[in-house]
Amino acid sequence: MKVKEIVDKFDLKVLTSPDKLDVEVTGGYASDLLSDVMANSRPGNIWITLQTHQNIVAVARLRNLAAIILVNNRMPDPETIKSAEAEQVPLLTTSEPAFQISGKLYVRLGIKD
Amino acid sequence: MRSYRADLHIHTCLSPCADLEMSPRGIVQTARSKEIDILGICDHNSAENVPAVRDAARPYQISVLAGMEVTSQEEVHVLGLFDHVDSVLKLQEIVYAHLPGENDEDAFGMQPVVNSEGEILRFNEKLLIGATTLALEKVVSLIHSHGGVAIASHIDREGFGIIGQLGFIPEGLPLDALEVSPAMSVETARNKFAPRLPLTPASDAHHLNEIGQASTAFWLADGTVAEIKKALIQEGGRKVMTGEAK
Repeated sequence: MKVKEIVDKFDLKVLTSPDKLDVEVTGGYASDLLSDVMANSRPGNIWITLQTHQNIVAVARLRNLAAIILVNNRMPDPETIKSAEAEQVPLLTTSEPAFQISGKLYVRLGIKD
Repeated sequence: MRSYRADLHIHTCLSPCADLEMSPRGIVQTARSKEIDILGICDHNSAENVPAVRDAARPYQISVLAGMEVTSQEEVHVLGLFDHVDSVLKLQEIVYAHLPGENDEDAFGMQPVVNSEGEILRFNEKLLIGATTLALEKVVSLIHSHGGVAIASHIDREGFGIIGQLGFIPEGLPLDALEVSPAMSVETARNKFAPRLPLTPASDAHHLNEIGQASTAFWLADGTVAEIKKALIQEGGRKVMTGEAK
């Protein structure tokens, strides 16, 4: 499953790096503690969070994550968007809360860990 | 100049999670018995008990700094410490305007605003335990624009500490110091975090017996935020003595 397919299927809004969506997703990780994401996410994971601070971009780069899904229609700070564009990290948003979007990815797409 | 022992992070009974025994007089007398010269009164997202603690400290040789522990939208705790009550109350206006919700005493605890005798004047009804909608960068810039020092709280704690919440200290964030909780020694913190900023151990006391469990030794001319500011950048002979090579 590629990021692009997830975007289309769940009608996610692409805020940055629309040309970086042809990336295979290896699994998902949901957490709002960035230290936890740094320790426990795996390369190629799609990361579900409500944190919008620009540090999310650095964490995604560090862990080589496929994309970040911001939940609850949270809009990132302008700094975060600038940084995500520079680092070519896809920032995606959904109106759904973390539980719903995680559940859908888990059940309907078989993205299980 | 002389050395001052400071516990820059103490809650009062106003914080819902703090013990009701954290009355102005109880705090000041305990600080006195533990030979603390400077107290930072930092309740969650409020400074309404600062004047009472200042009043209670009058008979003693203790400086009470007007402070607040602000919760940013990322749920990072940041201390703002000021010399003037007016400054922290101006910051409080902005914090209140960005702090949604109402307190639930059964769930979180009571939030009494008291006088120096510990008599309850009223109950604060805001959800002080909650997060503001202010970004971390904004919180730090507001503390500075009101003349305060900005210290990241308990950086060794996963929950509500800046490193736990955000993975690492954002580059370019103009903090003045980093607090280490009593759970970690300054030496351990220095090795673990390799900080570029001064470390200022403090107790984060929620109970009387926790006051002074960690403290910072400063070399200052006076027990004020203006002096501490100088010490944090080693200006005019002022300095942070804690963690210095013995």
